[in-house]
Order: sequence, then structure tokens, then C-alpha cells
Amino acid sequence: MTALWDYLRDNHAEIQSWAVTTLWLSLLPLLAGLALALPAGWLAARHAWTRDTLLALSGALYTIPSLVLFLVLPELLGTRILSAVNVGVALTIYVFALLVRTITDALTAVPSELLAAATAIGHSNLQRLWAVQLPVATPVIAAGLRVAAVSNVSLISVASIIGVSQLGQLFTLGESTETLTPIVLGLIFFVVLAFLYDGAILALTRVLTPWRKAARP
Amino acid sequence: MIRFNSVTKRYADGGVAVDSLDLVIDSGEITVLVGPSGCGKTTTLRMINRMVEPTSGHILLDGRDVTQIKPTELRRGIGYVIQQAGLFPNYTVLDNIATVPRLLGKTRRAARRQALELLGKVGLDPALAGRYPAQLSGGQQQRVGVARAIAADPPVLLMDEPFSAVDPVVRQQLQRDLLQLQADLHKTIVFVTHDIDEAITLGDRIAVMRNGGRLAQLAAPAELLSRPADTFVAGFVGRDRGYRALGFASAGHLPLHDEAVLRIGEPRGAARDRGQDGWVLVVQDALPLGWLRTTALDDAADDPVTPEMLNLGGTLADESGTLREALDAALSAPSGRGVVVHEDGTFAGTVTASEVLARIESRAAHLREQATR
Repeated sequence: MTALWDYLRDNHAEIQSWAVTTLWLSLLPLLAGLALALPAGWLAARHAWTRDTLLALSGALYTIPSLVLFLVLPELLGTRILSAVNVGVALTIYVFALLVRTITDALTAVPSELLAAATAIGHSNLQRLWAVQLPVATPVIAAGLRVAAVSNVSLISVASIIGVSQLGQLFTLGESTETLTPIVLGLIFFVVLAFLYDGAILALTRVLTPWRKAARP
Repeated sequence: MIRFNSVTKRYADGGVAVDSLDLVIDSGEITVLVGPSGCGKTTTLRMINRMVEPTSGHILLDGRDVTQIKPTELRRGIGYVIQQAGLFPNYTVLDNIATVPRLLGKTRRAARRQALELLGKVGLDPALAGRYPAQLSGGQQQRVGVARAIAADPPVLLMDEPFSAVDPVVRQQLQRDLLQLQADLHKTIVFVTHDIDEAITLGDRIAVMRNGGRLAQLAAPAELLSRPADTFVAGFVGRDRGYRALGFASAGHLPLHDEAVLRIGEPRGAARDRGQDGWVLVVQDALPLGWLRTTALDDAADDPVTPEMLNLGGTLADESGTLREALDAALSAPSGRGVVVHEDGTFAGTVTASEVLARIESRAAHLREQATR
């Protein structure tokens, strides 16, 4: 325990900068992936052919190994190989790929009678999406987002293999110096981060869907 | 007025839901579309607000072809109620009702204020305003559905089997309340049901539809019962037509007999003195409670008469009610003397089945005479 504290104190400047990078690498791709997956999922839920195309595409994207993506992206984006932007873009792709299917399913699962009722009293398609379809689909979308957030956090550490400075460095550092302390510290950081995201999304969902709590007796 | 001009709906697979339908739905009335499942009644309803587009023919709403009106604009001007209400689970009761006024551009505040007033109108406690639909009973949800449909005060109301998912007791209450609301609002209501009894209860006019989307008969309930157009309508309208038709015939002034009644709590001994043919009517504050069999009383003559001792089998007929009510009261009374009450529920007198039958006979003779003239 004291070894952990000592390590943290001795390297706090470096760890702090890694932590900042890790934080935005976990947050921005999550938000960007969600922002891209929402319209894609909406489109996929509307027609059979858009659904088939988009789900095939997202499935294919998800099967690309992360390490390959980290190495290929600099070529495609013209970024430096060690740039954190590569990792951010790669993670966005994974979040997108994961969420398109969830959002498609969530929007499709909204009862058709409910949508028909919304249309019948005069909602336009967009008004209906905003007022009824998205809110009712929110719990399912949020469940997918929790999975995406946690998988995102675990993927960040992989990026340390290609040398992008973030908390994953603690693992490569521990391995190269053959010391356990940075590895344990890194584990704690990532587990805590994963729990934080999970809890935050859960809490946000509760706030956004007060009607679900009301439905439980 | 809603006018269907040879409207046909044919689906891509060749199935015909509605076949060259000509129908005029009068303003301020309840027109019920009734028929077996697959007869095209719901399709007919949904063509009015363009949820379904006709293959050919025209639907005119107050002279305007509905296909010339933008769907969202058209629908915001037509109230719509469906089975299980179709309430938005993510909106409170108040916001569900406020939906259409909001879509029409009212401020949230104004729409909510209006919604709150409507709660009372459809018989809901204003305390429910902040609840979510999942916290309401089926009957309450249906009331919210009706309130939402009339919130923007549309002249036309479409109701698609709105009461079929609730239990019979609640359904009857909802039907009564709808009729009361309609007496107030005079909307043009198009009501779809597969239940002929519901159609007869609610309809000013009933359109009976048959398979293949054709209109079999359009008539007022009494006429539908007394003169079904063909064997299909006769079969669909069902048994007891003659008896049910009495439900549309006013009983007029029935020859009422006075009864020596017993008040609840009076000693049992008094029952024997006042009873007639072994039965005495027991009342509380002049409201009839039930019949007491005087021959079955034990010897405790000084003990009071209690509600548990009463036979509650008899129905009550309203003084200004129908022949059906009067006959039913007479037939269901254990004493054979049907109880007739004033408008406020207090005891008016009794009438026997033969007296009601005599009235029915003379009415039928009168109608026959009219028909041959």
C-alpha cells in the first residue's frame, strides 16, 4: 500500500498528465460515437435496406483488431503515429459500431401502436422521434452505452503498446522494469474509471427517465 | 360532415379492405362502424385522418378533400382515441393531454392549464395530473386518452375500439360518460367497435359493415333492430332483437301502484302487516333497497329489519325510462312487482309484467296500424 503511495508521489506530474489524456480519450470517443450512431441507428430503424447495410458495416468495423486500427489510422489521417488523435478516432469507430446495433434495436422495439398514436394526433416524423421514440428507447440505448463506455476504457490501455502517453503506460512501464507497483496502480485506475462511467450513465438514465421508476409499484 | 365517395382501399397483395364505400357521417352525431373483424371498419376510420390513403375515391371533410390537407395539419384538427389509449409512457397525464395544443403552438403553460381543466371534464381527479400512465388503471388511462383527443377542441373525434380492453363494468361507465360528454360537446364522432351492443348503446346511427369492406346497412339503432336489411345484418345484430328494441321505446306513463313499504330498521313484525303476496319492499330514505319475504320471518318480531335479510334480485326502472327497463324490473322482481323510481332515485310505485306487456301490445298495434295506413 505504501509502495503505491510512494510511486504516485514520485511520479505524480507524469501520472497526472497521463490521467488527463486517458480521461478525454475515454470521454470524447464515447460522445462522438453516440452522436454518430444516433442518426445512423435512426436511419437503420426506418427501412429494411438501410438496416441491413448499416448493421453489416458496423459489424465489419467492430471486427477490425484495435492494434491494426491504431497502426493504419496515421496513414489514413496523416497524423503522427504517436498522436493520441489516432486512438481517439479508433475508439470512436468502436463505440459507433457497438451503438448502431443497440440504437437500431432500441428504436425498433418501441411499440408500433404507440408510434401510430403519435402520428395520428399530428406529430411529424421528427417530432415523433424526439417526443416519443427516443425517450422510450432511452433505457435500452443507455444499457448499450454502458457496455461501450467500459469496453472503451479497456481499449485505451491497449494504445500504450504503440506508445501513446496515457495511464496504460503504467502497464508497459511495469513490464519493462519488472516492477509490480505501476501495474497494480494502473489496474486500480482503470477499474475505478470503468465504474465511474458505468455509475454516471446509470445515474443519468435515471434522471432522464423518471417515468420508469413510476412504473414500478 | 364526413362524406365517403365510392372509396376503395386495395392493398398491394390484392386484398380489398374497403370496397367502393359510400357513406355520409353527419355532424354532431355518433356514427358507429361495426362489423366482424376484417370487415374494413378500422381501415375506413383511418382513411379519414390519412393514416391510410384510399386507392380510389374521395373523402370529404366539410367539403374539403382530405388528401388536399397536409397530414399533420389534418390530424391535429381531428381527435383520435385508440385501444389502451396509446398514451405516451414518458409523459405525465397532464403533458399527455397537453400534447396537441403544444403541437398547435400553444405555450407549455397555457396547454397545461387547459389540460388541467379537461381532467375534471372526463371524470378524473386533478391529483392524477402529475402521474405517469403506468400508474393509472385501464379505465383512467382511457379517460386520459379521451381528454387528450378533445384537448384542442377538434370538431371531429375518431375512436378505434377505445373501450375494448377494459372490464365490462368499467366499459359501461366509460360509455355512459362518453354519452354525457357528447351531450355537452356535440362532436362528430366516428366510433369503431366489433361489439354490436356497444354500437347500439352509443350510436345515433350505426353502419354495419361486412367482410370485403362493404356497407351492409346504415340506420339508427331502433331501425337496425326492427328492420335489419338482410340476413347478414339480422345475424350480426343477433338474438333478442325484439326485446332489445324495447330499449329504444319510451315507457310513457305507466299505471303505477302504491306499495306499503317498510323502512330499514323497523321491527320485523311490521313486515307481516304491510306485506302483499308474501313480499314487502324495504326502503331507506325513500330509496328502494330490496324485497323482504314476509313468510320466512322468524319469531323475533321486535328485532329490526337488516340489509342482509333482503332479496336484491330486482332491477329498478326509471319513471321516464324505456319499456325494456320497465319489463326487466317487473320480470326480475321476486314479488312480481317491478319497482319504478323517480329521477332522484326515490320510490315512485310498482308495475307488473302484464301491465307492461299490455303497453307493448298496444304500441305494436299502433305501429302496425301506421305501417298499413
